[in-house]
Amino acid sequence: MSTMIKPKHQRLVLIVLALVALIGAGLLAAIALRNQAAYFYLPSELVAKPPEMGRAVRLGGMVEKGSIRTQPDGVTINFIVKDDKARVPVRFSGITPDLFVEGSGVVAEGRMEGTTFVADNLLAKHDEKYVPREMKNMSTAEAKAVIAETK
Amino acid sequence: MSEATAPSKRPGLAVWLPLGLFAAFLALVFVGLYWPADREVSSAFIGKPLPVFDLPPATDERPGLATPVFKQGKPRLLNVFASWCVPCAVESSQLAALAKQGVEIDGVAIRDRKEDVARFLGQYGNPFARIGKDDLSQVQLAIGSSGVPETFVVDSKGIIRYQHIGDIRPEDVPMIMRKLAEAQ
Amino acid sequence: MIAELGLAMLWMAAALAVLQLVAGALALRPATAHLAGIVRPVAMLQGVLVACAFAALISLFLSTDLSVKLVAENSHSAKPFIFKLAGTWGNHEGSMLMWVTIMSLAGGFVALIEKRLREETLIATLAGQAFVSLGFYAFLLLASNPFTRLAEPPPEGAGLNPLLQDIGLAFHPPTLYVGYVGLSIAFSFAVGALVTRDVGPAFACAMRPWVLGAWIFLTLGITAGSYWAYYTLGWGGWWFWDPVENASLMPWLAATALLHSCSVLAARNALRTWTVMLGVIAFSMSMVGTFLVRSGILTSVHAFAVDPTRGTFILALLAIYIGGALLLFALRAGTVTEGARFAVVSRESALVFNNVMLCGILGIVLVGTLYPLLTEAMGVKVSVGPPYFNPVSAVFAIPMMLVMTVGPVLRWREDTGGRITWQIAVPALVMAAALLAVELLLAPINLLPALGLAIAPGLAVASLQPLVGRNLRRTPLPIYGMVVGHFGIAVALFGMASEGAFSTERLAAMNPGDSQQVGPFKVTLSAIDPVAGPNWTALQATVAASYAGAEPIVLHPQARTFANPPGNRTESALLTRWNGQLYSVLGEEGEDGRWQMRFWWKPFVPMIWYGGALVALGGLLALLGRVARDVRRLVAIDKIAWRRERQGR
Repeated sequence: MSTMIKPKHQRLVLIVLALVALIGAGLLAAIALRNQAAYFYLPSELVAKPPEMGRAVRLGGMVEKGSIRTQPDGVTINFIVKDDKARVPVRFSGITPDLFVEGSGVVAEGRMEGTTFVADNLLAKHDEKYVPREMKNMSTAEAKAVIAETK
Repeated sequence: MSEATAPSKRPGLAVWLPLGLFAAFLALVFVGLYWPADREVSSAFIGKPLPVFDLPPATDERPGLATPVFKQGKPRLLNVFASWCVPCAVESSQLAALAKQGVEIDGVAIRDRKEDVARFLGQYGNPFARIGKDDLSQVQLAIGSSGVPETFVVDSKGIIRYQHIGDIRPEDVPMIMRKLAEAQ
Repeated sequence: MIAELGLAMLWMAAALAVLQLVAGALALRPATAHLAGIVRPVAMLQGVLVACAFAALISLFLSTDLSVKLVAENSHSAKPFIFKLAGTWGNHEGSMLMWVTIMSLAGGFVALIEKRLREETLIATLAGQAFVSLGFYAFLLLASNPFTRLAEPPPEGAGLNPLLQDIGLAFHPPTLYVGYVGLSIAFSFAVGALVTRDVGPAFACAMRPWVLGAWIFLTLGITAGSYWAYYTLGWGGWWFWDPVENASLMPWLAATALLHSCSVLAARNALRTWTVMLGVIAFSMSMVGTFLVRSGILTSVHAFAVDPTRGTFILALLAIYIGGALLLFALRAGTVTEGARFAVVSRESALVFNNVMLCGILGIVLVGTLYPLLTEAMGVKVSVGPPYFNPVSAVFAIPMMLVMTVGPVLRWREDTGGRITWQIAVPALVMAAALLAVELLLAPINLLPALGLAIAPGLAVASLQPLVGRNLRRTPLPIYGMVVGHFGIAVALFGMASEGAFSTERLAAMNPGDSQQVGPFKVTLSAIDPVAGPNWTALQATVAASYAGAEPIVLHPQARTFANPPGNRTESALLTRWNGQLYSVLGEEGEDGRWQMRFWWKPFVPMIWYGGALVALGGLLALLGRVARDVRRLVAIDKIAWRRERQGR
């Protein structure tokens, strides 16, 4: 019976265990979130305060008119994402979403490599109601145009 | 299981922890749900007169749209739409219902082509008295519209009284009728 | 007429729910205890009425009665039968009615069959259930009446979103609803038990089938949802840690923990407060999930029409139910007597460990899901994805799976490691061998997939150990259920790890006639043709895929365009072999006339979903075993009562 937990202590032990797990999970989550959460950038923010190389971030803005260039491989495209203050070159390999067109809004998930933003994924809205929440504060003429285009 | 004997043990603080965490969660989502009041662009143009404009017709079936129309002594609806906009198609039945109740509706087609507008009106009905063609979104921006569709209630003197952002749902129709009555 | 009848039945059902709540609450006082007799019949009648109301709505949808607003907005006479049927719950109002229907039917069923619980506790449970349903009745009747008529019926319905015209999506939400609502029964049991301070094995036995049933549906729902996202989104991924997905995962995690703590309570009368707490948490997570999805407070890649006012309503319900239950818990937890004790090395301890780890993962997922909301309140916008969720949840999942290998072979109450040396050694050796093989024989792969590939075989072997030395014919079904369920986890883990470690991707612009090599496959684009379906047109690629030089098999990925309402969808084409899946997507035509094609070869990826199905099957076996035993017990009790009656005469 030596390994038996004392009656008085059992509930205490269980509570302590649960608390430790909870706090552990919380701390772990806090640390990981600090390092792993992908921050959302507007082009001007990206240019003013670029994230570290290779860090996963999101970039949201307008696809500049006439900027989409398809590379010879047929699946890599280069284009410019801009807001009213800055322009960021973006590279993406893959199948673009249906609503990805020049002059429309886009959210690109990816990372900075040198001065180019390499996107792993382009998010377009899935239904007519979807406007990226992150864009709601753009509050410039660009934002209005983004909403107009993606609405 | 006889549990009638209440144990003398006092409940620890730990039993309140779930409730505390839950309260924190509620507070967080409450803020999230109500804080972003800026999600809807509230119009700075309400109470202001319509800017002066004169748009060419967007379709051969209807005349174009110019500011004097709005000073004829009757409140009107100004609907900003586009043939390429899905919610605009969705709200067409509500616009038709409004037109049926005698509301005069004018349209501004944003960055559109004549043949597309004609196809759109053919498919979803044409509730408009006039349709202006706004290829550069000039009028749209001048009246403080941030997207399509949007609908403005303009009173008999050409003053903007109400701005409806997004498509008009069936449940919005009575409210728009009320705004029109108020604008009389 | 049918619509008015449906509405009337809904109102009557709501009135009965009020009666059920009031009578139930009064019956708990000695002065009005005689009211207890009406609670059960009222609960059953309420279930029947609301089921009739739901049937009325289904019939309106099947006959496409366009004078009903909901039908006019969400259906279309030209839609295939199955989507007319699914259209009933493919919208907000209908899905809420379905929710209430399942909830009330389940409540009625509890009233009909539950005999083990003390009558008082059962009455309190039914009153709790009525309280929960009342909120939803109020929501339906006051804010989202599904039976509203239109003054002028439109000539044709407004159709259904083409994205929603998918057989998987038609039946996926109801599966999850059944799971959520099953957890509401567990919640009511927990509340009932707290009210009467009657937390014991009888409570656990009464609650367990409901938890099991809910858990089976949640497992199926998540598995099917994952597969649906895999083949419709066309991104080749099977889990995106998207808020909508997390919303279904969190109740599952809580229900899994509850299931295991329930069996401790039922078998050993331990973990009393903990089980009650989990009963509350599991349903909380269902509500939180529904809230997050429906309120649009978080952005999601999955399409959902969202509405903040609905969010407010669900939030209010959430605050009342969960806040109330947690308050009750805080007040009563101290007065629930302590359960039986157990040693540090015992089956109970292993299950406690499993519970704590599951709750850890739950916390991780919840925090990660809500974090964007938290930072946004401080003015910073972030999104949280796999780089956070994968490693952090693995910190809890890996120890849990290691303990899972020994837990089932440990004895209740007290055990020693020495007794089960072999049972520990065999899986450990298998894992070590697998890890060695992965590290030495294969190209370098990431840590998590490598660990997964090592743990999965060991866990598979360990999961079968409870059967060793047993007479397989006389082994109770719940034991088989546990074995199959744990084996399913191992299978799914192997699929996930293999997908993470060995997937190869090929993205290319191709002319008809061009070929590409994808893993062991040689794929050739033969042609691109327009095709038409019942309500869509599409561009269809014809792709011949040849596995390691074998006879080619033809695949047809499509890019579909829907007419009413307008929309596009890529339809990926899959080729499944025993050892993996070839996934193909057709993209756009480039300026030079070449077509973008995307292929993945994903070795053993279907095992993820086979594993999920096995887990659900394990749950089903356990449920059948429990129910069969309960039925036998009821029959035996009836027999004894009947004999006594005869002797009495």
